[in-house]
Amino acid sequence: MSTTETGCSSTEPEVTGGLGYDETELTLGLPGAGGSKPSETDRKRGFAAAVGLNVGAASRGEDCGARSSDSSDGSVSGAIKRSAAKAQVVGWPPVRSFRRTALRSCTYVKVAVDGAPYLRKVDLEAHGGYEQLLAALEEMFSCFTVRDYPDERRLVDPVNGTEYVPTYEDKDGDWMLVGDVPWKSVLSFFLSCFLTVAAVRFNMLRA
Amino acid sequence: MTYFPEEVVEHIFDFLGSHRDRNAVSTVCKAWYHVERFSRRNVFVGNCYAIRPERVMARFPGMKSLSVKGKPHFADYNLVPYDWGGFALPWINAAVRRCPGLEDLRLKRMVVTDDDLDLLARSFPNFRSLVLVSCEGFSTDGLAAIATYCRGLRELDLQENEVEDHGRQWLSCFHESCTSLVSLNFACLKGEVNAGVLERLVARCPNLRSLKLNRAVSVESLNEIVARAPYLVDLGTGSFAVDHHTDAYQRLMNSFSKCKSLSSLSGFWEASPHCLDAVYPVCINLTVLNMSYAPAIQADDLIKLISLCFKLQKLWVLDCIGDKGLAVVASTCKELQELRVFPSDIYGAGATSVTEEGLVAISSGCPKLNSLLYFCYQMTNAALITVAKNCPHFTRFRLCILDPWKPDPVTNQPLDEGFGAIVRSCKNLRRLSLSGLLTDQVFLYIGLYAKCLEMLSIAFAGDSDKGMVYILKGCKNLRKLEIRDCPFGDIALLNDVAKYETMRSLWMSSCDVTLGGCKALAAKMPRLNVEIINESEGSDKLEENISDLHKAEKMYVYRTVAGPRNDAPDFVWTL
Repeated sequence: MSTTETGCSSTEPEVTGGLGYDETELTLGLPGAGGSKPSETDRKRGFAAAVGLNVGAASRGEDCGARSSDSSDGSVSGAIKRSAAKAQVVGWPPVRSFRRTALRSCTYVKVAVDGAPYLRKVDLEAHGGYEQLLAALEEMFSCFTVRDYPDERRLVDPVNGTEYVPTYEDKDGDWMLVGDVPWKSVLSFFLSCFLTVAAVRFNMLRA
Repeated sequence: MTYFPEEVVEHIFDFLGSHRDRNAVSTVCKAWYHVERFSRRNVFVGNCYAIRPERVMARFPGMKSLSVKGKPHFADYNLVPYDWGGFALPWINAAVRRCPGLEDLRLKRMVVTDDDLDLLARSFPNFRSLVLVSCEGFSTDGLAAIATYCRGLRELDLQENEVEDHGRQWLSCFHESCTSLVSLNFACLKGEVNAGVLERLVARCPNLRSLKLNRAVSVESLNEIVARAPYLVDLGTGSFAVDHHTDAYQRLMNSFSKCKSLSSLSGFWEASPHCLDAVYPVCINLTVLNMSYAPAIQADDLIKLISLCFKLQKLWVLDCIGDKGLAVVASTCKELQELRVFPSDIYGAGATSVTEEGLVAISSGCPKLNSLLYFCYQMTNAALITVAKNCPHFTRFRLCILDPWKPDPVTNQPLDEGFGAIVRSCKNLRRLSLSGLLTDQVFLYIGLYAKCLEMLSIAFAGDSDKGMVYILKGCKNLRKLEIRDCPFGDIALLNDVAKYETMRSLWMSSCDVTLGGCKALAAKMPRLNVEIINESEGSDKLEENISDLHKAEKMYVYRTVAGPRNDAPDFVWTL
């Protein structure tokens, strides 16, 4: 379920840490609102925690059109209706956190920053909100600007000081840093592949 | 009222099972009050902040079994901040001082620490049963204390708690001489347990009837356990990811076929389709089946399994069962009383799912159905009207249409008439959850017909204050009302303030009530705690700086004889 988020700012990320999100496709705003910040009354309307995230145009926007037709039925207050796309509403649907985490699907997405030699993967569910997500992204990519090597996975050649990091090329042809997806997830993925292959082999042998 | 000696009155009271009956008789006269309070063994406190623990223990010195609930229900859906409250410690402390004979403790939605569990374990020599539901704050260290010190423990039941794994082998802390376990449920734990220790524990507890494992327990281990405990009645499997071509799987099938008493099955973590063959031998006796944690099991495999379960009374499944699967349930499970259909894909668009057709099929096939929780993407008025006609015995009806404000897709109308039919037909309805596009009309119907209703959950519904007023006026037995994202404001809130003293609690979030309205309520009703949860930036500012016109984002009102609570965090203002 990972989606590629590319086409980030063509300007260099600022040294002080801001990443120039204005030009990227990651925008904060109500779906269909063109990236503007929600107004005060909208926040108070109960979607305070539900700020829409325009992730590319395609993935989440498709229901905005369908939703807006409901406002022709005049029986519900317009202000709430307007912001009723598939925004992530806190606590909806009413499913206990235990069940949510037990049944979680893969919410890792690829993040690319122009100029970085490799992409990173971030788990959307691991962060409590947009502030935390942005902070995590900032930390992930700050090593390209603020040279303080926070990444422990780097190997340093003691002879000439060259740094090495483990990367791999995924099916999309992107170079990814090893280690963003937890080992257990990787293992369980490979195990299910193995079982499938083993089952296929067995059936072929039988037939 | 001295027709009978006290012993006789007490003996008569022994026949009163429910707390409500006991509460009622204790108000008849002083003599009955005294007889009742000394003879009450099971005490239930629905809201831990409604009364101080010491007062409860003082009134019921003979208490053997205590059940306490903490956070509001919407805390289950992350609407209540982490450190809101609901601490178990005051209750445990009070029991230590006043009721050392305590045997059973049940806590729901409370904060329980390892120290609390340690204190509990060491303080009650007759302690038999600990049930924790949706609690948090403890780790495997606390469980180790329980296992170590509660000799004679019969029940340890952990349901859907957030438990930190400190790597402690808590299961090893059960002494070799501990043979008294009847029920052990650790399905919610994330960490590993030592297989050998678990198998030996099971082997030495001949009375063990209910065992629910967590997903870290392997199939091999499950096999050993089932082989040693053929008298199990209720089993929650551990990991069920197994290649059905292996010997391990064959052994498992053999073990299951020996379990003649097994009537309840759950778990099936990571189960893949072919693994279910192993449980076919027990299907004929199953009364309870929970497949709701097995997303890889699709409709066809569920159908094969369920078509053997003629005696099923309670079924929890994921919506991948589809309408086709529900039709099979309807034709097979004639004894079905409770059905829960959970969403398998919470974030996505729901390719395979259930619709109103599945529900209609169930209603016509299962006449004994009285409890429903149904997540779906669409519902029609016609379907609900049919369901109401087919199943007049609903006591719990919770319908969640996943898209807020979704109308009847056929007529494009609100679902007022459908839910109206439900409340009109189901005269014993005690719990109702609404969803979909709804106007004030549905609340008029509920107020008019739902006379037994005790708990109502409303989200994204209604047009005006009138809706909430219909409810408060009409539902005479209402105990809990929880509302989110509805256009109800101060006029509705203040319409009948005395009503809230007849209820346990009221929750309103993302509605139109203002700080001023909440203050007015608090001023008029001193025996209510009116709490505002303020999560905005700089919430440590004094509330005087904020205008009364400011909307109260989250409000929780509850009756209490304990006054404002002294453990409220900074972001909770008691008005």
